[in-house]
Amino acid sequence: MNSAADACAPLLTVSGLEQSFGGVMALAGIDFQVPAGLIYAVIGPNGAGKTTLFNALCGFCQPAAGSIRLDGRELLGQPPYRIAAAGVARTFQNLQLFFNMSVRENVMVGAHLRAHTGLLAAALRLPRVRAEEDRLRAWADDALTLCDLSAWAERPAAVLPYGLMKRVEIARALAAQPRLLLLDEPAAGLNDTETLDLRELITRIRASGVTILLVEHHMPLVMSIADRLLVLDYGCVLAEGSPAVIQADPRVIAAYLGGAESCLDVE
Amino acid sequence: MPEQLLQFLVTGVTVGAVYALVGLGFALIYNASDVVNFAQGEFVMLGALLAIALLGTGLSLPLAALAAILITVLVGLLLERVAIEPALGAPVVSTIIITIGAAMVLRGAALLLWGKDFHTLPSFSGDAPLNLGGATLLPQSLWVLGVTALLVLLVRAFFNRTLLGKALLACSCNRAAAQLVGINVRVMLRLAYGLSAGLGAVAGILIAPITFSSYDAGVMLGLKGFSAAIVGGIGHPLGAVVGGLLLGVLEALGAGLISSGYKDAIAFLFVLMVLFFEPTGLFGAASAERV
Amino acid sequence: MAGFYLFAAAVLLLPWLGIDPYFITVVGVAAGLHIILAVGLNLLMGYAGQISLGHAAFFAIGAYASAILTTRYAWPGLLALAAGLVLAGSIAWLLARPILRLHGHYLAMATLGFGVIAHVIMVQASGWTGGPDGLGGIPPLNLFGWVVDSDTRWYAVMAAATLLALWLSLNIIDSRIGRALRAVRGSEFAAQIMGIDTARAKTQVFVVSALFAAFAGSLFAHQQSFVSPDSFNLAISVELVTMVVIGGMASTFGAAFGAIALTLLREGLVVFEDYEMLIHGALLMVVMIILPQGLFVGIGQGLRRVLALVLSRQP
Repeated sequence: MNSAADACAPLLTVSGLEQSFGGVMALAGIDFQVPAGLIYAVIGPNGAGKTTLFNALCGFCQPAAGSIRLDGRELLGQPPYRIAAAGVARTFQNLQLFFNMSVRENVMVGAHLRAHTGLLAAALRLPRVRAEEDRLRAWADDALTLCDLSAWAERPAAVLPYGLMKRVEIARALAAQPRLLLLDEPAAGLNDTETLDLRELITRIRASGVTILLVEHHMPLVMSIADRLLVLDYGCVLAEGSPAVIQADPRVIAAYLGGAESCLDVE
Repeated sequence: MPEQLLQFLVTGVTVGAVYALVGLGFALIYNASDVVNFAQGEFVMLGALLAIALLGTGLSLPLAALAAILITVLVGLLLERVAIEPALGAPVVSTIIITIGAAMVLRGAALLLWGKDFHTLPSFSGDAPLNLGGATLLPQSLWVLGVTALLVLLVRAFFNRTLLGKALLACSCNRAAAQLVGINVRVMLRLAYGLSAGLGAVAGILIAPITFSSYDAGVMLGLKGFSAAIVGGIGHPLGAVVGGLLLGVLEALGAGLISSGYKDAIAFLFVLMVLFFEPTGLFGAASAERV
Repeated sequence: MAGFYLFAAAVLLLPWLGIDPYFITVVGVAAGLHIILAVGLNLLMGYAGQISLGHAAFFAIGAYASAILTTRYAWPGLLALAAGLVLAGSIAWLLARPILRLHGHYLAMATLGFGVIAHVIMVQASGWTGGPDGLGGIPPLNLFGWVVDSDTRWYAVMAAATLLALWLSLNIIDSRIGRALRAVRGSEFAAQIMGIDTARAKTQVFVVSALFAAFAGSLFAHQQSFVSPDSFNLAISVELVTMVVIGGMASTFGAAFGAIALTLLREGLVVFEDYEMLIHGALLMVVMIILPQGLFVGIGQGLRRVLALVLSRQP
């Protein structure tokens, strides 16, 4: 689909990543590279290690071995907030919105790292704090506009419909101006219309220059937008390549429902 | 000096046994309802003061003790029905305030009934001290230790051997799942509250001959019991027992070797140190958050 | 900020409404003190979601710093106040990381333990603190020559201090730092992923709320001219938590409302003497069972529902 893929320099290089939970290998030495500017999807049956991979990438769990490099910089072993500062943002499979805040405030938290106001300056509300608040608000509104959420900005995040909550998570992650955006099952729980909107949103985000790493079960969506795919099974890489290559790979088909080809087809 | 240390140990284990019983009560209630019951110490106070009052009406000591335990159990059940059931699922702080409110109500009632005076219960079998390798041991201490050991074994057997006990454990693991397999969660809640109120009352009656009891005697005992449960890892019944004994011994050593005025500070310093190094207590397991 | 100006106007008008002066100078000053304490604790509990059952300890540190330094070492009041702030802030800073690593009931236990230890020290270290009998003869506060030695002046000082506390709290909440705190409460995990150093954020707010408490403590010491351990025991810590929870744990004004409500309650219950504890406890239970999200939020929702009902009846 994208012939330029291999030519791009990799933004993210993962090698030899290992993680076990009580003797079970969740990740058994994973290697892959995500070229800059692409949509890179990770698929695999439940329990294949996708979520563990995401948690390792954002620093929430500490893999036993391996390396995670963003533009050559080692991220493994860094606390999550440092990894965020390096330019990695993510959304969550189980929503992790700040339900005690408005939609706009949620997204403003996303832009936390782009601002510098400290405690004392904030408490005294110095003029430069006000100026920075205005900037934060503008950045948040940009992200909200991109995600078609402007109309909801003032609402408490807790009262939004599920589909919009997932969008707010994306807007919040975008407000950080990440270099790499991790989307963890963004289509889960969405209806068909919402999924179409999501596809359009993800392509728009790629067009803005953000590299996207996507974990998703919705195969039609994945196959239609991913530039490259990584297939995980039992913590190992089963296959890697363009959607066309993956769809034709017999090992992948076998791993999915013991050969039921239809589930990998694009409708 | 060795005799002195032995003496501290004996005193500490006796007090620790009482903390263990109170801590056990905390653990039981926490298991069944995720609530830390800050009125647990008031059960201890009620048991002691009720037994003393009933003894004063001419009942024999065993009967007075039994009646005091039963009344305290009823109070525990009432508390569960009135304050805990309606607030299930409320935030942690709300339940803390509810049980603190309940503790104030019980304390306030005790103040009205018995005033601010100190009361005491005669020892179960005399006051002639026994000699134990140079340390003196009150016969009442043997009662405390013996009954505590018996109750701990009974509670253990209850959880390990009986279906009811296992059902209660199931509730603590996963209340919704327990309900799905047909366990009546409300009954389990009442069981837990009744049981811990009873344990608290027993602790109060056992220690009443050694210490003076008054309407506010439950405050510090409750806090120490809570400490015992926390040190052991909350919701871990045997952990609470170990925590209670540790706390009692350390406190006695601190009081004897450093200063008796600072004994409470030493006890809580110990709790803080445990938590700084083991944030979920000595036997508590860290629960993983799924995202 | 509209709420702030409204509150400021109310504080300014209160003395001219012809209310019994006792209510203005005694109850009003006590309420102001409680507001400072509750608003500070609310930053920690309501916004950052961290419970503290030992907050009276920081209140005590401020009070005893002022009491000891002004009586035993003849320090000027403002300097002693500053020393109290530095001491409370430093202790909070040292404790914050190990304590705020804990969650739920473990955190409640640790803060409670800290409060009890502080109380034991107040009682035992009598060479410094005067022990259980307390420490008297604290001179009135001297603000650059203006001596705060009358009830009216205390009302003015406490009003200014209360407004300052509210203003600082509102500023913090509505800022990058405040949102980071609220994010910690909303989802600590997501907050970290958004680049917030949550341990640092919690440490900061713990220190700030300790500073609020120590500030209130210094004022308290001068206003009473006497301090004793009874003013800083576990019951006081619990009362502060109650103020925040009654206030709904969500807004600065909620905490202020909770502080005023409990000050009035305490004042009203005095007439019941021996029944006071029983009634106080029963009220706490009833309010928390019926309105687990607090009186302030509960009343607000109730009013909104009534309003909606009235509006929907109109043709």
